[in-house]
Parts: sequence; C-alpha cells; structure tokens
Amino acid sequence: MAEKWNLIVDVARCDNCRLCFLAVKDEYVGNDFPGISAAQPADQQHTWLDIQRKERGAYPILEARFIPVMCNHCDDAPCMKAAEGGAVRKRADGIVIIDPDKAKGQKKIMQACPYHAIYWNEEKDIPQAWPFDAHLLDEGWTRTRAEQACPMDVYRTIKVNDEEMRRIQAEENLEVLRPELGTNPRVYYKNLHRITACFVGGTVVEQVDGVEECAAGAQVVLTQNGQEVGQATTDLFGEFTIDRLEPRSGSYRLQVTGPSGSFSTEFELGDESPYLGVMTLSAG
Amino acid sequence: MSLSILLWGIPQAMRVAARIYPEYAARLKERDLVAQIKMRDEPDVGRWIQLDKGKITTGGGIHSNPDVTIAFKNRALAKSFLTPPFDQLERIDAAKNFKLLLEGPDDLSVWFLQTLGQLESVYWKSGTDMGNGVTRYTNGTNGGPLFVYVKDGKILRTTPVDLEDEDGGQWTIEARGKKFSPPRRMTLAAHGACQKSMVYSKDRLLYPMKRVDFDPDGDRNPQNRGISEFERISWEEATDIVASEIKRARAVGPGAVAVDHGSHHQWGNLGHYLCAFNRFWNLIGVTKLMHSPDSWEGWFWGAMHHWGNSARLGCPEFYGTVEDCLKEAEMIVFWSSDPDTTYGFEGAQRREWARELGIKMVHIDPYLNHTAAHLGGKWIAPKPQTDAALAMAICHVWITEDLYDTSFVADRTTGFDEWKAYILGESDGDAKTPEWQEPETGVPARDVRALAREWGTRKTYLGAGSWGAGVGGACRGPTGMQWARMMAILGAMQGHGRPGYNFGNLQFGAPVDHNFYFPGYAEGGFSGDLAFSANSANNYQRMPHIVTMGTVRQSIPRMWFPEAITQGKSFGYITDVTTTGGQFFPFGYPSPGHVPVEMLYKYGSQLFGTMVGGNRWAKAYQHPSLKFIVNQSIWNEGETPFSDVILPACTVFEKWDIGETFNCGPGYVHHFYTMNNHRIITMQHKCIEPLGESKSDYDIFAAVSEKLGLGAVYTEGGTSELAWVKRVFDSSDMADHISWRQFLKKGYWVVPAENENSRVPLANNWYYEGRKKDTPDPYPLPSDYSGNYLEGLPTPSGKFEFIATGLEKIEDPDRPPLCEYMPTYEDPARNPELADYPLKLQTGHTRYAYHVMGDNTDGSLADIREHRVFKDGHYYLVARMNPQDAQARGIEDDDLIRLWNQRGSVVCAAQVTGRLQPGVVAAYSGSAQYRPTGEPGRSTDLGGCVNMLNTKEPITKKGHGMKPNSVLIEVEKWTGADDWQPTAETV
Repeated sequence: MAEKWNLIVDVARCDNCRLCFLAVKDEYVGNDFPGISAAQPADQQHTWLDIQRKERGAYPILEARFIPVMCNHCDDAPCMKAAEGGAVRKRADGIVIIDPDKAKGQKKIMQACPYHAIYWNEEKDIPQAWPFDAHLLDEGWTRTRAEQACPMDVYRTIKVNDEEMRRIQAEENLEVLRPELGTNPRVYYKNLHRITACFVGGTVVEQVDGVEECAAGAQVVLTQNGQEVGQATTDLFGEFTIDRLEPRSGSYRLQVTGPSGSFSTEFELGDESPYLGVMTLSAG
Repeated sequence: MSLSILLWGIPQAMRVAARIYPEYAARLKERDLVAQIKMRDEPDVGRWIQLDKGKITTGGGIHSNPDVTIAFKNRALAKSFLTPPFDQLERIDAAKNFKLLLEGPDDLSVWFLQTLGQLESVYWKSGTDMGNGVTRYTNGTNGGPLFVYVKDGKILRTTPVDLEDEDGGQWTIEARGKKFSPPRRMTLAAHGACQKSMVYSKDRLLYPMKRVDFDPDGDRNPQNRGISEFERISWEEATDIVASEIKRARAVGPGAVAVDHGSHHQWGNLGHYLCAFNRFWNLIGVTKLMHSPDSWEGWFWGAMHHWGNSARLGCPEFYGTVEDCLKEAEMIVFWSSDPDTTYGFEGAQRREWARELGIKMVHIDPYLNHTAAHLGGKWIAPKPQTDAALAMAICHVWITEDLYDTSFVADRTTGFDEWKAYILGESDGDAKTPEWQEPETGVPARDVRALAREWGTRKTYLGAGSWGAGVGGACRGPTGMQWARMMAILGAMQGHGRPGYNFGNLQFGAPVDHNFYFPGYAEGGFSGDLAFSANSANNYQRMPHIVTMGTVRQSIPRMWFPEAITQGKSFGYITDVTTTGGQFFPFGYPSPGHVPVEMLYKYGSQLFGTMVGGNRWAKAYQHPSLKFIVNQSIWNEGETPFSDVILPACTVFEKWDIGETFNCGPGYVHHFYTMNNHRIITMQHKCIEPLGESKSDYDIFAAVSEKLGLGAVYTEGGTSELAWVKRVFDSSDMADHISWRQFLKKGYWVVPAENENSRVPLANNWYYEGRKKDTPDPYPLPSDYSGNYLEGLPTPSGKFEFIATGLEKIEDPDRPPLCEYMPTYEDPARNPELADYPLKLQTGHTRYAYHVMGDNTDGSLADIREHRVFKDGHYYLVARMNPQDAQARGIEDDDLIRLWNQRGSVVCAAQVTGRLQPGVVAAYSGSAQYRPTGEPGRSTDLGGCVNMLNTKEPITKKGHGMKPNSVLIEVEKWTGADDWQPTAETV
C-alpha cells in the first residue's frame, strides 16, 4: 500500500503563537509554485492555515483554546467533485491540489468545501487552499513549514500507508473534523474535545470556625439518569472540572462530598461549558 | 619583504581582484583619482596609483598632483601596515596618535581606503548553496535567528534555524528521575517570523524625500508636518540639506541639534543605535533625549531600594533557576507574568517540562493571559493595579500562621518588625487581612488564604513580571512600584535563593555557558562610546577601535520632550544604573551654557504608539522652534511624515551585521541569552541588495560624515560594514572555534554547552547561604558595597531591607521607605469627576509585534485577527472587553469601537471575551500606525495608538518613568463622526 501524507494536530499544545500561520504566509505570499499554487494575496481574508478561538467556561474557570484549521486533503473531497476539467486532483501521496490554471473562474470549488478552507483570489479569479507544502515535500522536506515553525510541537507530518494511519488514529484517539460528512480528511486532531466538548466546573467552599475556606480534596461525582458519567477531586482552591461532555446532552446531577458536608445541584447542559459558581458544603 | 615590493604589490593585487571579480572591476570605475602613498621621513619614497575609468596606472616615487595622500611616519610603520597578518591595535595607535595621516577630500579618501580594504573581502564567500539557484543565508532579528532562502536576488522564504548534529550546545537537566534536554532548534517570536513581509512591505521608504512645503532657504512651514505630502529627492540633495542644517544648528550653540532613537533597533551589533548612531552623533555633539527605564518602572524606582540590583534595573538575578526550579519547585506563581508574549518560545518549551513534572501553576493577572491560557492552573484576577493589597494579605497569613523563613528574615534582613507591625495593623490600625484586601482587589479572601498556605508550605517559584525576574506587566502601572516592592518582599519572606524558592518562570536561567565571550549589542560595536554604552566592559579591550565622545552636556527627558519644545523647559531624573542612588540626580533642559534645540534627528521609532499622552507629540513636532526635523527610518510609520526630510534606511537583510540571539550585554540585562536553550551567534548576511535607494544606517551616516569632513573618522579609515563584522568576529571567543571563512559560509555558530560541574551558581543562593557573591555579574561595583567587597547587598545596611532606608534620602511621597498601600490614582469611586470613565484600560506589551516593530499596515502580523482586524479598508487594532460591558454598549465581536478619555480617543476593533472581568478593557500598546481623523494631536486616531489615553504624569514624583496601565476610559461603538477634543494634558 502506498505511503501517503497525513498531518496530526494536537489542539491541547496550541498556544496561538501564530508561527505556523506566519510560516504559511511567508511561504505563499509573493511566491508562485507552478503546478502547486499561485501566490497568496497579502490579505487577512486568505488564511490558508486559520487559527480559530474557542473559550470554555467562565471566570474563574475559563479555558481559551485555539485550533488550526486548513485544507483537510480529503480522500473524498467535495471540492474535487465540484471541479470541472480536472481542476482539482488527488496525488498518489494523498495531497489534494487545486490547479491554479485549470481552476480559473470555478467558484464552486470554493463553495463546495464544508470546512471553509478554500479561499477566493479575486485578482487571479481562482480558488486557493493550503497545498500541504507539496512543492517542499517533493524537494525532500519531511515536515511542513507549519510543523517546522511550531515551538510547541502541535504538528506531526507523517507519511505512512492508510492502514498504519488507521492504527495510529486508534492508538492515539485521533479525530477528524465533522466525520459525519464522510469526506475522509487526511488532517487528524488530537484532544479535539477541548474545542468540541463541554466541561462543567465549580468552586467548593466550606465554613471553618466561621470563616469561609476553599474546600480542597472534596469528591465530585457527576451523574446522568442515575449513571455516573464523571468524577473529580477539588484542588487547593476548591475548584474542579469534569470534561468531555456532549453539548446539549440533557440534564445532569452533581454531588459534592467533603469532610465538612455535602452539596448537590442539577443543571441542563447547553452549548457552552457551565461554571456552576460557589458551592458551600453543609452537614446533613 | 622590502617596502618597495610591498607598495608595488598593491596595484598588482587590485588588478588581479578586478580580473577575477567583476564587482571589484566595477568598483574601480566608480571614481577617477590619483592616490599617493609616501613616508614622512623619506620625502622621495613612495608609490602612486592612478585610477582612470577603472584602468590602473602606477609608478614608484612621488606624483606631482595626487588627490589622496596616505602618509606613514616612517618606513618601519609602512612595512608593518602592509604585511599580513594585520595588527589592528597598531593601526588604531597609528591613526589616533598621528603616525598615519590622510590628506585629500573626505569622500575620495574614504572611497580609496574602502577599495583597498575590499582586496581582502572580495574573496570571501557567504551562504550555503541549496541547489536550484537558491542560497541559504542567515540573519538575526529581535525575535530570533533566521535562515533566509534567496533566489534571483529576492527572499524566497525565511525559516527558524534548525540545529545540525555537528552543532554543539546540548545540555541535560535531571530532575525527579527524568532527563530534560531542549529540542535541537531555535524558536522565533512572531515579530521574527514576519520579516519577509516587512522587507517587501509597501510601507518601505525607498527614496530620500522632502516635504513639499519645506524650503530650507525660505518658508519651512513647520505647522504642516504630518499633513503635507513629500516629494522624492536625490541622496545628494538630501545629504546636502542634512549636512548644512547640522552646520547651521551647531553654529547657534552647543545642544541645538537633538537626536532620538527608539528603545530598540533592528538586530545586530553594528547597525544598532548604540553603535552606528552613537558613533556619528558623538562626532557632532548633541542633545540626547534621555530614555527612562521603560518597562522596568516599578523595579527601578521601587524594588531596587530593598535589595540593590541597580544594573538589573532593580530586578532579581536569574542564574541557574531553570535547573533549580525543575528539580525542587512544587508551585510556580505567575504574577502579572505572560512570558509567552513578546519574547518567543524558548522558555515555553521548558514550561512544558514543569507541566510534565506536575508543578502547580497559579496565574495572577486581570487578563487570562496567553501563558495562563496555555498552561492552565488557577487564575486569580485582581482588579487592575490592586495587586499590592493581595500581596500584603499573603504576608498577613504568613505572619499570623508562621509560614515564612524566620531565620532568613532574622539573619539577612532589616526592618521586619516595622513591616510586621504594618501588616498586622499595629501601626496604622488596619490589619492587612485577606478580608481587608477583598473589596479592594475583588479576590475572595479564601483564595488568598489557600494560596498563602500552599506557598508558605511548598517550594514555590515566584514568576514576577513577564520574565519571572522582572519586566513588563504590573510594574508599569500607576501602582507599579508598590507591586514590584511587594514582589521583592514576598521573595525575602520566603528566603529567595533557598533551593526551590526563587524568582523565575523558566523563561530565564538556562544552563548555558555564561563565560564564553561574544559581545552583546549594548557593548556598542564600533561606537567607541565609553560613556553611553557598555563598551568599556569588554569590547574596548577586545576589539581595538577609536574612542568617540560628544562634548554637548544637554539632554531632555524623553517623556516630556513635547513640553521641552513647546514650553522651552523640562525637568527629569537621570537613569544611571551603576548604583542605587544613580536615579536621584535631577537634570533640566536647557542646560547651563547650552542653547535650545533647533533641529531634531529622528532615528526610527513611532512615539505616537509608544509614548504616553501621544497627542502631545503632534503639537511638538509642528512647533516653529523646531526649524528642521530629519526622519531616518525603514518604514513610513505614524510619525515619519512629521518631518522635513526623510532618509530611507534598509533592513538588516540588506546589509552586513553580526549578533548573538538575545545577547544584550552588561547594563542591558546581563546574560539575557540565558532565555535561550542554545547560545547562537549569527552572521547577518547581506541577503539581498537594498531595496530602492535605501541604504544601511552606517552608509547614511558615512555619507553625511563625508559632507562634514568626518568621513574618515566615522568609518575609521574607510572600514566597511563587512570589515567591521570581521573585527567583531575576531574580538570574540568564537574565533578560537571556527574560522572566519567557515562562519561566513555556514552563517551561525552554537556555543558549546557548559560542563555540568562548572554550571553557574544558583541566583541569590550566595546571599541566602551567607557566601560571597559568586554569580557572574559585574555589579555591584566594588565602591557600591557598604561592607566588604562581594559581601552582602548594596543597600545602606548591606542587607535586604523591608523598610527601604535608601528612600529616606529622596523624600518622595510616592515611595515612602515603608511600602504602604496606596490605591491607584484614577478611581471613579474615589473621584466623582471621573464618573464619565467607568472602564479600566490595560495597555500591556503586545503579543505579536515588538512594540511597534512588525506592525506594518501590510505585514503578515496585520493578518492575525488577534492583533488587528481588517474592516472598511483598514486594519484596526484589537481591543478586548468582557461580554457584560460589551452587551451594555451594544458591542459585538469585530465591531469598530472608540476608546476615549480626556487625553485621547482611539478606534479599535472589539473582541468580546471572558478573559477579562467586567470593567476591564485591554488593548496592546505599540501601534506603528497613526491615522488622525482630523487635526493631528486633537482628533480621534484610527491607527490604534492606545497609549494616547495614558497620562504623562510620572510613576513617581521624583523620577522619570511612565505609568501607562490601568487608565480610566469609556467605550462606545464608533459612529464615524468625530467631535472629540483633548481636555487634559495638552501642550
């Protein structure tokens, strides 16, 4: 089985430093790579490697996370299906190339991408996307510019056969964006739940000799329909989070137990990660 | 070899070089002249060389009518001069002691000497051939080192520098059963990674220009600076105007010429303002704009008085803290500390190790900053600039629960009883309990207790400020001195220097070789400036070059330059870092015996974006007393058009230079390079030819010098930039390890790793243990010790002082010896007149640009939507605010919003975020753009100069430093109609 290129992106490691974003700008703005891509316009609209932000929770338990999103080089690419005259081609190494000459005028190539990862170049009248740095890989590079630029090791560019990639995916619990579309992306994400899932968080306190103190070491149990779905222990500030909850997944019950008492509450999970506020343990 | 043969060899060598190298042949065609070399003691001995359209004729003896004459004192000196290897010290000695005389027009003399110099350098080869017509060069930036791929004279790409197996520098730290070694690569900051887009920016100044309504011989129309257009002129005309204006102003009297540079410059030891700029202006004699310790305010004016560290601007040492922190610490408290901003990601990699070891993280910052968001841990968000109250409450818990280092406090400190009495409320009736601080800071008392108890019982590193050991963040605000003083006090109460207890956040203190010599930029390159750079520390002995010294004794406090110009006087305090008391010296403008400033020479920078109360500058630049303003810049930034003549400088990619990544030098954060995992010295290749007609700073100053008869002096006898690079190379320890030719080709060199046994001692441990100071720090100076040399601290008592008795000498109401709690100066709850401005604006160091560097209108940083948002044809600076405040004003993400108060009005793009508490707005300072909607200085700015909203009042009455954070403002959706006018702090 032929070895093909894949990209693994670890969302938990991304610091939003933008060095990958800048590396892609550096590579493509002002440079034509014939057969691979025409120069990218120096333009905020062209974010071939885009970094999207996501905040979860609320003060004091807030997460600010970032996810790099780019052309997924899908094995069943909607843009290929929309293209005419072979304007989008799949290389044997898995990379999807939008031909800068043949794609001229074909707006539907851009419109077909469910990930909004194809951009329209007004001046040249062509759709453009990140071509996996194919021209560099063809010259012998083993990493994409994004991987080289990243100080936090968010990216891994790997060339393996599809069977091996499936093994890695299972082993490392990798996900793809919007798998329900059946596009079979070659860009895989690790820790994607930090963008797509919800957590519930709270602060547990207790009264000690009439003074409010953080309740460290309290046990928190989350149940749904009587089934335990998560647990946590409060930290030294009495704070806890329970992660990997499906948005809009119904009502939950939270039970906190500590040496000085207990506390329980119920909540309905919506789109966002709730911070349930300060919970005071009480006896009985 | 006989003298006659040596002399004969010169024209022969020129012919050979011209035959092999077309560029040398082309150079010989640039000038027609007769050059005579002769001996002063033997009038008939010599050789002349004639150049005529590139053709060389030559003869022994004396020419009847030479253009240029090089006269050696005698035959022995000439022989020595012309026989390799050349002795630089002998050459300098001959030049400055009149053993070698140069006669003839300055420009011809300099040209001829440079032509001789190129007989060596024309043979040198640079860069690595990558195939397909691509050459890989190297360069250095403020954001780290780069590989620069060049094809057909154009930069194809820039990448980080990945290290090869043969490069050294690898080290390992063993901590808690794990081994940690850094990745084999150098990392960049965003402002280093955007450089290609900066080089080819449409903001580049490509030609000398003159304001259309500026006539040096007639009407100068200073009121139209910043308004009128510019027209292209030739270099000849531009340098004529500049040289004649310098002459005119100097004739008025000493101090009539004023000069100013930014706080930073393009990277490189030679192009830096401390080098090329200082050398030139020392030859002219100028009024300098005296900078204050910007970004160090609280440490410099406050904390320093508790423990010394004057050469670190009041910040603590950081030696060896990476290893100690990883081995010992159980918690890191990041207090107003966002190291992932501004300075790249070397430390970020090390913080991943801390995470791997399970070291707890706490972040205290009104903004959930980038480091906090990335690392996770507890977020505590005090109201802006109330941090000192929180810190005092921690002291209260430690004192009442006996959780501090009592033996360190007893043996190594003074004043603790008085401090304790203040904290317990015995002296003022207010116990500084966690409950006391809660209404002030908004931080629950229980959180303070939990933090204080953990800190008091577990080994804790205090990461104070951006670097963990100072700089940026809360120290820059109105209560910055209290904050920094409290950081020092918290450190002392836990015995900082005890293993596991120190200052740091893993950003500084990597176990690199601290003794290997390569000069930092602050050593001044070839400036010869012993007074205003760290040249005398090593460079002057290492690299023989001629001293330069200006004779004008006048300066202006930079913060109040507008007042100096519009009101004719100004007053400030000197930034002298050699001793703690250096900051007590006042200075005034004008100085005795000096004249008011008539001419201003601006060298880069964009003070509208970086200085507080920036609207004042517009009026100062337009003031009629400033008869002439030159702006020498690479890019057309906000303040560039507020001038009469613009001189286009080129980027560091278009000239030769050399530098070590993040090596500043003594007095400018000594051992700054310990931020890096590897010490790396880069050749800064001239990767491409200068764009348009731009020139290097050195070549610009050399061109003006020649019109003032100073060309040979400025260039030290026609030394080219590349020849200076070679001299820096030769002066460093690197020359013992790699040949010049290898270095020039490869472009970088990594300093070998320190042997594990000779790693630098841990910071502050010597003081904790009561040893003599053993960290490799040239300060304190011997005379600064009150006791024996190397024993104790340079405070009046020689110990850490909880009550800073040194401050008794200055009697400054803003910094009493006891660090008492004083609320921030602007508070609508305390001052009803400020009720119209309910929001607090934070203007911290920017995440992606480096102050204004990188913030071009079309650079790739502008495409980062966390930095600027493109709307209605322009890139607007991002301002962040809480959803509650946004909703109350009908503001949504990406809406254009106006931030204003009495001093300024600026339009930004909104980012609505939970990372700020209600009542707090954050926008980074450092806009390179200034776009007033109407009259400059009196209308709303669309460029993003949020510093305009900050006060010009100093952080301390008897000091010279800004307090730019935490200013009161109001925000509304921008309507496009501007009727705003400043009502305070105008000039």
